[in-house]
Amino acid sequence: MGIAPTLAVTQPAFWPLTLILFLPAIVAGLLALPIIPRGKDDSIRWVGLATTIAVFILSLWMAVPAIFGAGSPGQFVVGEAGMQAVVKQPWIPAFNIEYLLGVDGISMPLVLLTTFLAVLAAAASWPIEKHVRPYWILFLLLETGMIGVFVSLDFFLFYVFWEVMLLPMYFLIGIWGGPRREYAAIKFFLYTLAGSVLMLLAILMLYFASDVRTLSDDQLLATHVVSPVLEGADRTAALTAVHSHPKPIHTFNLLALAAIGQSPVSPFAATSFWGMTLESWAFLLLLIGFIIKVPVVPVHTWLPDAHVEAPTPISMILAGVLLKLGGYGILRICYPICPGAGLSFAWLVCGLGVVSMVYGAFAALAQKDFKRMVAYSSVSHMGYVMLGLGVWSAVAGHEYQWDAWAQGVNGAMFQMLAHGISSAGMFFMVGVLYDRVHHRNLEEFGGIFNRMPLYASLAVAIFFAGLGLPGLCGFIGEVLVTLSSWNYSRLLAVCSAFTVILTAAYILWAIQRVYLGAEYKGPHGDHLTPMTRRELAIAVPLVVLAIVFGVAPQLIFNYITPTVNRQVETLAEWTRSVHDGHPAAAGATAAADNGAVELQATIDTFTVGGGR
Amino acid sequence: MNPDRNLGTLLDGTLHDTLAVSLPHFRPELCLAATIVLLLLCRMLPLLRHVDSGFLALGGVLFSLFFAWDDVLSLRGGAWVSAIGDLLAGRQELFGGLLAFDSLTAYIRLLLAGFLVLFILFTKVSGIPDSEDGADFYTLVLGSTLGMCLMASANHLLMVFMAVEMASVPSYALAGLLKGRKASSEAALKYAVYGAGAAGVMLYGLSLLAGVLGTCHMPTMARALASLDSMWMPGGTGLALAIGGLMVAVGLAFKLSAVPFHFWCPDVFAGAAAEIGAFLSVASKAAAIALLLRVAFGMGTTGPGPDHAVEMAALGETRHFIVGVIALLAALTCTLGNLAAYGQTNMKRLLAYSTIAHAGYLMMGVAAAVALAGRDADASRSAVAAVCFYLGTYVFMNLAAFAIVALLRNSLRSEEIASYAGLIRTNPGIVVATGIVLVSLIGLPPLAGFISKFLVFSSIMEAVSLDAERPLMLVLLVVGGINTVISLFYYLRVLKVMTFDPPPADRTADAFPLVSIPGALVTALVVPVVSLGIFWSGLYAFARLAGAFAS
Repeated sequence: MGIAPTLAVTQPAFWPLTLILFLPAIVAGLLALPIIPRGKDDSIRWVGLATTIAVFILSLWMAVPAIFGAGSPGQFVVGEAGMQAVVKQPWIPAFNIEYLLGVDGISMPLVLLTTFLAVLAAAASWPIEKHVRPYWILFLLLETGMIGVFVSLDFFLFYVFWEVMLLPMYFLIGIWGGPRREYAAIKFFLYTLAGSVLMLLAILMLYFASDVRTLSDDQLLATHVVSPVLEGADRTAALTAVHSHPKPIHTFNLLALAAIGQSPVSPFAATSFWGMTLESWAFLLLLIGFIIKVPVVPVHTWLPDAHVEAPTPISMILAGVLLKLGGYGILRICYPICPGAGLSFAWLVCGLGVVSMVYGAFAALAQKDFKRMVAYSSVSHMGYVMLGLGVWSAVAGHEYQWDAWAQGVNGAMFQMLAHGISSAGMFFMVGVLYDRVHHRNLEEFGGIFNRMPLYASLAVAIFFAGLGLPGLCGFIGEVLVTLSSWNYSRLLAVCSAFTVILTAAYILWAIQRVYLGAEYKGPHGDHLTPMTRRELAIAVPLVVLAIVFGVAPQLIFNYITPTVNRQVETLAEWTRSVHDGHPAAAGATAAADNGAVELQATIDTFTVGGGR
Repeated sequence: MNPDRNLGTLLDGTLHDTLAVSLPHFRPELCLAATIVLLLLCRMLPLLRHVDSGFLALGGVLFSLFFAWDDVLSLRGGAWVSAIGDLLAGRQELFGGLLAFDSLTAYIRLLLAGFLVLFILFTKVSGIPDSEDGADFYTLVLGSTLGMCLMASANHLLMVFMAVEMASVPSYALAGLLKGRKASSEAALKYAVYGAGAAGVMLYGLSLLAGVLGTCHMPTMARALASLDSMWMPGGTGLALAIGGLMVAVGLAFKLSAVPFHFWCPDVFAGAAAEIGAFLSVASKAAAIALLLRVAFGMGTTGPGPDHAVEMAALGETRHFIVGVIALLAALTCTLGNLAAYGQTNMKRLLAYSTIAHAGYLMMGVAAAVALAGRDADASRSAVAAVCFYLGTYVFMNLAAFAIVALLRNSLRSEEIASYAGLIRTNPGIVVATGIVLVSLIGLPPLAGFISKFLVFSSIMEAVSLDAERPLMLVLLVVGGINTVISLFYYLRVLKVMTFDPPPADRTADAFPLVSIPGALVTALVVPVVSLGIFWSGLYAFARLAGAFAS
């Protein structure tokens, strides 16, 4: 297609990103070979843990240049809104499928969260004695899949990684899980596969409706359809080749699809099937695929089963990372590519968010199983993410207050990261207890505080973070989302505020039933030994992060706000031009000026929020 | 006029056509025919009786493969690539129009010859047939493949019938190869009876078509169809055409094991040896799909000519009919195959239904290709390429699946799914290989089966977006999507038994290890399933070439 192949040499992020992505898979492949002899289970564990640590350090090097002394061109520049560290190699030229990777303020923190939780989950995998080698192979493959989804900018590649996660997860739950593991594993697989088949249809729809020839030269460079690495004559030739192509050039490039979807005359809105535009169909199909992963009521039922049956480290990964994939997909794909549908279905996204928020909280109240309760708390907490993503007050009364929407999306992003920390922590804390007494019945606990004071204080701290206590990480996201939804719908705002009370109720009640009380009367009371050093090494970082992010949320907002605000602002601008028929250019400068002021104002809000 | 001179010209023309034009493009088939004769001769001459028939057949097939490869290369370097707009100019009619040589012929022949090489190696490893049956077995297999090559290149309805029969009759005998077993004989009889019935119906349909249109030469038939005003003209002509077309569809559906003409398939697969299943499910299916493409495109499109655009427009109704029939059969076949597979306990029966389901996906691709033919020639070529790519990956996936079944049968003495329980504990390598194959059959990335499905679905979506038979194509998309989810159940169940379940207490023998000759064979078949899922540009380029046959 006239897009000259760019060399890895000119892309400084090629090796760092590729290594972060594929190192786990490569080590998994090596572990499959009989290099480490049978019976040396500990060596396998150490190799696995070392791999996750190496990947974490690599991603830290990329994401937080300050630690390592900034300067390398492949590193992430904090505070920059655009896509960075882009890697572009042709893969299947016949379909314009590319090995296109990149990170921005939305994906970089999530990559870091993934690699971080992978280290902790790897450490939490030590007690797994059954089939150690296959466990670690699957675990590492899963890590590659998760990171791949966050860094892929090519829809085809995204889909490949999205599916690559399924099989390892199926086996990890199905072999190493609890008594009803087979049922839970197949249920998880079926739900997700059904969602991803719908996603595949949407991908194909968008692909065949897209045409990169409609993009301007600047857009072609900005979306990396034509690599900006090209200089001078090469660049001109590549651009000319695109524009002079006789037939439409379809694309899987997510950035290009977004640019096409946001063009004043979107081809996605031009065609319709059965009375709905292609854009709406694609949005709905993608949304279903993503909300199954989030999960949102009514497609959440796989989650409690999967969580309860999965071994502790897999529960940590599942809650900490896998649920975020859904939210990430909605933010990265649904809204930018189908903004018109996003606007018209805002009520749907918000409504689903509030329903699962409330339903999840009530369901959590009703649980007798500790782990199941935590699982339902995930459903409830992810409801905030949905509400935050869906709040679209840009056109409320045609005032174009994009900052209200940005507040919601920022809150949702923060909630995803915070929930990644707190839910992984909660599942780990449940696991610690389960490893000792081999049951999870909330009715049979009590008095743990007396027996394991250190463990109980850490656990209570994590549960408070999940509750959303001010000063801990769970608070910021919830409060931002609730505030932002006020402009959109008072009713939803009231509901989400009300849910905070329910959350407090089920978490406090659980703490009371498990940790407080005079003495432990349940089975295996003599096994209640203090936490081991390994367990402390997992729990303490989670608790510390929960506090740090609660006190200094700008650590995270520094990453996410520029990107989120720019995306929201662009979409609001688009909405103004399409919805009201204003020419896009007229309001652009004013909005840009406003944007700078609003941006500062928003960041101030967050800082104040953190200090509360 | 001098009658002698006329006769002389005719003779000269025929000689020239045969020797200079046709035979050079017929080398792969000639090699197969020569090998068959050699195999039979070896049985008659006492001196040659000790020659191993398997290796003799392998030698002949390798020659055939070489020539098929040579043909493909000559296409690649020839006019095909340089003049992508005018591809049919490179098409040649052989033997006075009975056969057509074009890129589809070359691709399918290459596929069949390549499959045959792998298949013979597989039978040598699995030990069926024994040395006693070897000569019969390989003669029948080669004879059937010869028929399949003709199916892929048939250009004349008589040739269609001859080729189908030539491919089928040896298969009936193959199905009954395990002579002592009742199930095997029953399978052979069922297969033969169904086959004879379907062949009769098809022949009747052919005669109806030929009677209305006055010829059996497909391109001429298409022109004749185009010159008719409407399909529903008075005097029952349209009705005769429709009935004739449906009857031909019955014959093709039998070869494709499409619902409702699939009943023979599970019984034959379960009754015959797994080796036969591999042969029928891969080679026979590939040839049948190629034949379906031939007939659908032969009747529904015309080659380049002065009135090409007018003729193509006039054939719109014919194509609509063809697409409707194929799409309906495809949706039924896919759904029923997947649903019926769910209840199976025997691995061969399960794979039989899986074969039926995959025939459905392939037919969806053919339907999309025909639907696109009148709308956008390039998109139509991509759709044919998708089908051809699917066939290419299907060779490895299904041959590997049947090879695993056959080799496990040799060590475990059972083909029941339950007998595979807990194999992961003793033979992790084999279970991983099986897992890769089955997951690829589900169609999950990053394996070859996913790419195939992706390509077929994307062709259907392209038809939707270009408004070619949109409602029908949307239905196909939905059906295909739902079926992918359904198919997860039964493929995964096999994996579940192999990994989650404890091994049966009465298991006496272990399965074969991965580091062994059978293991090496399985590895050699599974590696392409993975690598074609990641690096598929190469095979896709060949498939594109094959797709160029569509005008």
